[in-house]
Amino acid sequence: MARIGVFVCHCGENIGRTVDVPSVARAAQGFPGVVVSKDNKYTCSEPGQAIIREAIREHMLTGVVIAACSPHMHERTFRRVCASAGLNPFLCEIANIREHCSWIHEDRGEATAKAIDLVRLAVEKVKRNIPLETISIPIERKALVIGGGIAGIQAALDIADGGREVILVEKEPSIGGHMSQLSETFPTLDCSQCILTPRMVEVAQHPRIRLMTYSEVESVDGYVGNFDVTIRKKARKVDATICTGCGACMTACVQRKVSNEFDEGLSKRTAIYTPFPQAVPNIPVIDQMKCLRILSQKKGKQDACGKCLDACAIGAIRFDQEDELVTEKVGAIVVATGYSLYSIGKEQDSPDISGYGEYGYGTIPDVIDGMQFERLASASGPTAGKILRPSDGKEPKRIVFLQCIGSRDRAKGIDYCSKICCMYVAKHTMLYRHKVHDGQATVFYMDVRANGKGYDEFTRRAIEEDGAVYMRGRVSRMYRDGDVIKVVGFDTLAGEPVTIDADMVVLATAIRPRPGIKDLAQKLSISYDKHGFLNEAHPKLRPVETNTAGVFLAGACQAPRDIPDTVATASSAAAKVLGLFSQESLEREPTVARVDISHCAGCFTCERVCPYGAIGHREIRDRQGRLIKTVADVNPGVCQGCGTCQATCPSKSVELMGFTDEQIFAEVNAILA
Amino acid sequence: MASTEGGVKEAPRARTLSEEIYRRTGRQPARCYQCGKCSAGCPMAEETELRPHDILRMVGLNQADRLLTAKSLWLCAGCETCTARCPNDCDPASVIDELRSMAVAKQPDTLPRNLMAFHRSFLDQIRAHGRISELGLMVSYKLRTGSLFQDATAAPGMVTRGKLHLGAPSISGVEEVRAIFKACEEEER
Amino acid sequence: MTIGYYPGCSLHGTGREYDESVRAVAGALGLTLREIDDWSCCGATSAHSVNPLLAVVLPARNLALAESAGMTDVLTPCAACYNRLARSEHAVATNPELAEKMPRLLGRPFSNSVHVRTVLDVLRESLPVIKEKTVQPLKGMKVACYYGCLLLRPAEIAGGDDPESPTFMEEIVKAIGAEPVTWNLRMDCCGGSMSIPHAESVVRLSRAILEDARSAGAEALVVACPMCHSNLDFRQQAYTNKGETTLPVLYLTELLGLALGLNAESLGLKRHFVSPAPMLERMAVAAKEAV
Repeated sequence: MARIGVFVCHCGENIGRTVDVPSVARAAQGFPGVVVSKDNKYTCSEPGQAIIREAIREHMLTGVVIAACSPHMHERTFRRVCASAGLNPFLCEIANIREHCSWIHEDRGEATAKAIDLVRLAVEKVKRNIPLETISIPIERKALVIGGGIAGIQAALDIADGGREVILVEKEPSIGGHMSQLSETFPTLDCSQCILTPRMVEVAQHPRIRLMTYSEVESVDGYVGNFDVTIRKKARKVDATICTGCGACMTACVQRKVSNEFDEGLSKRTAIYTPFPQAVPNIPVIDQMKCLRILSQKKGKQDACGKCLDACAIGAIRFDQEDELVTEKVGAIVVATGYSLYSIGKEQDSPDISGYGEYGYGTIPDVIDGMQFERLASASGPTAGKILRPSDGKEPKRIVFLQCIGSRDRAKGIDYCSKICCMYVAKHTMLYRHKVHDGQATVFYMDVRANGKGYDEFTRRAIEEDGAVYMRGRVSRMYRDGDVIKVVGFDTLAGEPVTIDADMVVLATAIRPRPGIKDLAQKLSISYDKHGFLNEAHPKLRPVETNTAGVFLAGACQAPRDIPDTVATASSAAAKVLGLFSQESLEREPTVARVDISHCAGCFTCERVCPYGAIGHREIRDRQGRLIKTVADVNPGVCQGCGTCQATCPSKSVELMGFTDEQIFAEVNAILA
Repeated sequence: MASTEGGVKEAPRARTLSEEIYRRTGRQPARCYQCGKCSAGCPMAEETELRPHDILRMVGLNQADRLLTAKSLWLCAGCETCTARCPNDCDPASVIDELRSMAVAKQPDTLPRNLMAFHRSFLDQIRAHGRISELGLMVSYKLRTGSLFQDATAAPGMVTRGKLHLGAPSISGVEEVRAIFKACEEEER
Repeated sequence: MTIGYYPGCSLHGTGREYDESVRAVAGALGLTLREIDDWSCCGATSAHSVNPLLAVVLPARNLALAESAGMTDVLTPCAACYNRLARSEHAVATNPELAEKMPRLLGRPFSNSVHVRTVLDVLRESLPVIKEKTVQPLKGMKVACYYGCLLLRPAEIAGGDDPESPTFMEEIVKAIGAEPVTWNLRMDCCGGSMSIPHAESVVRLSRAILEDARSAGAEALVVACPMCHSNLDFRQQAYTNKGETTLPVLYLTELLGLALGLNAESLGLKRHFVSPAPMLERMAVAAKEAV
C-alpha cells in the first residue's frame, strides 16, 4: 500500500508569486496514495527539511514527492533528507514547478493547474519506484598525464607529491615543451630554462613518476577510476637503459643538415640527436626519416653509414629496436598537450585558415615569428643569444614587431585573441634593447592586453624605460627593398600613413591547437570547440574538468594561456585528481540500465546503439556448465543512463531504473485522466 | 516599429547612416575595430583628409552631414585594396561607393567639380551610344569643366596613333541600355 | 578552342593595340574569339562611383548577351572591364535577392551561367601551346610584370590567381624566355581612371611604379590593362626627367606576339607613346648574334 508524502514549496516568491502553492498542496491531498500533503516557504532550509523528516516517520511514508525547483538544484539535498529519515533516497521524486512552471508562465490559473498536473505525474511515478543502492566502483589510484610541457610537469609533480603514482607520457624525445624554447619569461624576465630544468629533473628523479618520453597514447578504454590505456613507446633506436648521454654518436653523425625543430628551423641538427643540451632524459633518438642507414634499409639496399654504431663505446645504438606497446590501468587522465603556432607561410593547419600573402607568406628574408625570435634571444640558441639576422648574420638596428598575426583576424579565419602576444612582444622589445643598446624597436598593435599581476607595469617599462615605440595600426603589407624590409602601416592615433624601414620583422602569431589533438580527443571521448581547443565542463565553474568523468585539462590545450595560468590550471587539475583518488570508491547514481535476463533474447541491438560502450555479453549457464544463452549485460560503472537501449530493445528486456516503461506510461495516463 | 502596451504605434524612425550602409552592403559598420590596415594600403591616403578607416568610423557614428559632403569620398581610386585586406570583411570600397551614391542623391551641390564632371560625362556617353566615344567623352568633360587645354597637346598624338576614334560608336541595343539606366535609377535602394 | 570575347570600350580606342595583339596572339595559338554581338559599356569606374546597382546591372547585360549566344566563358582583356564583369557575376551568384531582380532590370532573361576570365588565366591554360609555338624566345630579356589592382579583384576570385602573390603573368613571361624581375609595386594601383579628372595622383603613383621597375633592372614593363598602359605609357613623359631613359610599356599579348614571331606592326607596337623601338632593335641584334 502506497503512502506518499507531498511537499510543495513556495521557494519564497519564485514559485509562490505565480503558482497558488497552498491550492496545489490541497489538490495533492486528494491524489490516490497520498497520505500527507504540505506546503512550505523554503523547503530546502533546515526547518523545511525537518518537516519532511518528521512526516516520513510520523506517516510511515513509502515515497516522497517534493514539488519545488529543478532537480539539478536540490535533488541531492532531498535524497539525503530521506536517507536520514530511514527512507531509501531513490523513493524520492522531484516535480519541477519552478523552471518548468512558475518561471516560464504568467497566468496564475494556468500555472497552478499545470503545477497540480506535474505533482500528479510525480506521485504516479514514485509509486512505482523501487529502492536502489548507489553503485560503488573501485578506483585505480594512478594517474596518466599526457604532455610533458610545464603544464604536464606541474600536474605530475603535484599528483606525485600528493602521494600518488603518475605516468607522464610525452611525444617528443624530451620533456619541457615550448617553455624550454623560450629565452626569458614575462613579467619577471626570468630565464625560462633556468626555472624549468630543475622541475624537469625533479620529474625524472621522482620515485612516483614514471616518465615515458618519445611515446604517445595509442588507445584509451574504460571509464573514470578504471581506464585502460595503451601507450606506444616509439623506438629511439637507442637502448635507454645503458645510454650515458655522452653525445659521441651525435658528434659522429654524418647527416648534419636536418632542420632543427627546437630552433624553429634557424639551425641544423644531426639525424641522431637530443633536442637540446638540457634534455630530460638526456638520451638521443634517431630521426628515422633522415638517418642514412635507416633510409637505405627502407629502400632494401645495403646498410649505409653506421658511424654512430662505431662511435658508441657501450653499444647502446640498436637499429633493430621496434616500437613497443605498453598497457596501463589508470584512474584519472590529465590532458596537458599544449599549443602550436599559426604558420607565417602559405600552408595552414586547417582549410578554414589562410596565410598572410601581404606579408610575403614567410618567404621574405628576416621576417620571422615570435618563437624564432625567442631562439635568437636564447643563450642556448643558434646565435648564442645574440640578435642577428638569419639572412646575413648582421645585427639588426631596427626591428619592427607586428601583433595579432592571425589572431582577431576573421578574414584569415581566426576570431579569437591569443592572450599572450601583447606581453611577449613587450618582452621582446625589452630583450632587444638589453642586447642591442642602439637598437630601435617599433611595435604595430591594435590594443595592448596586459591584465595579469604586474603585466601593465611591464608593458609600460618597455615603452618608458626601454624606448619601444608603439604605433597603433595594422600593417597593410611588407616587402623587401634591397637590404631593408619596408613595412607599410598606419598610425591611427596620429592619423598618418607610416612606412618603416626594418632590418628585421617579428610576427606575433596566433596560438593554435596542436595538430592531432582532435584524434586524441576522440580517443578520450572529450569534446573540442570549432578551432580544436579542448572543452571544459563549464567555462566558469569547472575550468579543468571535461564532460568525461576522470579526464581533466591543464594548460594551453584548452585555450591560449600564459605560464602562471598554465601552472595554476595544472595544480588545479592535480587537486581534482587527488580528490578523486582520496575517495574510498566512486559512488555512482544507480539510475542505470538493467537487463531482465529472463526476457533477453541476445539480439544485442542495445549493444550496437549504446553511445558509451556500456553493454557487453554475459553467458547464462546451467549447473552442469552448459551454455543456455548469452544475454546483454550492462556495466553499471559505464552506463550514463541515457535510455537509448530501452527505447531500442524489441523485447523490452532492458530498462532504466527510475525510468521504466511502466513509470512513464503511468505519468502519461495521469495527464490524460 | 515599437508598440507600447496601450496599443499606440510610434511613427517609423528613419534609418541611421550605419543602418543604411548595413542594408546596402550587407556589412555591419560596427565590425570595424579601427585597425587602420585599409588606410595603410590605400594609394590615396597621402592626398585625402579622410582615409577609409576614418570613413568607417564616421559611418558607425552616423556623421552623415560631414561624410556626404567630403571630397575624400571622390578621391577613392577604386583599387579595392582596403576591401581585400580588411580583417573583418567590412568592405570599405563598397561602403565608399554607397556613400557616393547617397551623396549624389542628397548633396548634389557639394560634389567636387572635376571628378563629378568626369563621371557624368562618362555615363552620358553610355546613355547616348551604349559605348564610350573617347573623343565624345573628352569634349563633354572639357565643356563641363572648362579645362579646354588640359592634355590638348596629346590629342594629335592620339589621333596619329589611331587611338582616338573621331566618330561616335553606336550599338543597336542602345535603347536597352537606356532602359537599364532608368530601371536602376528608379529601383528603391 | 572557342571563347567569348568582350573587348570593352578602351580596346576600340586608346587601348587599340591591346585588342590587336590579343586577336593576333589568339589566332597564332588557335584560339577562336567570338566577340559578343552588340556589347555595351561595362560602366567602368564611373558607374560604381555613382550608382552601385547600375554598376552591377550594366555589365550583366553583356553576360546575358553571351549567355543567349550560347557562350560559357568570356575573355575580357581590359582589367577594369574584367573587374566589373567578374564583380557582377560574383554579386549575382552570392546574392539571391539580386539574382531574382536581374532579368527585370536587364529586360532580358539571365541565369548567370557565363564565367568571366582574365587574359592571364586564358593564356596560362595555353602554356604548352605557347611554349611549342615560341619561335623567337626573348632570351633573358628582363621585364617587370605589372598586375595593377583590378585584375586581382574581387580578391576572393583574383582571376584564379593568388591576390597577394600572383604568378600567372610571370609564368607566361618565363615560358617565352623572358626573365621576370623581382620588384615591389607590381600590385599597386597606378591611379586608374583618375587620369583625366585628377591627373596629379596618377603622376605620383605611376612614377613610383616606373621607378621601382627601373631600379629592379627591368627593360620593359608588361601590363594587362589599357588604363594602366595609358597611365604608364601615355603619361610617362609627365614624370620622366630629361636625361632619364624611358621604359617601354608593353601589353602582355604584344610581348607574347613578338615571341610567337608575329609582326610588330600587327601587334600595334607602333601605337605606343614611349617607343619600344630601341628595345626591339636590341632584341633583333640579340637574335642575330645568337644565330
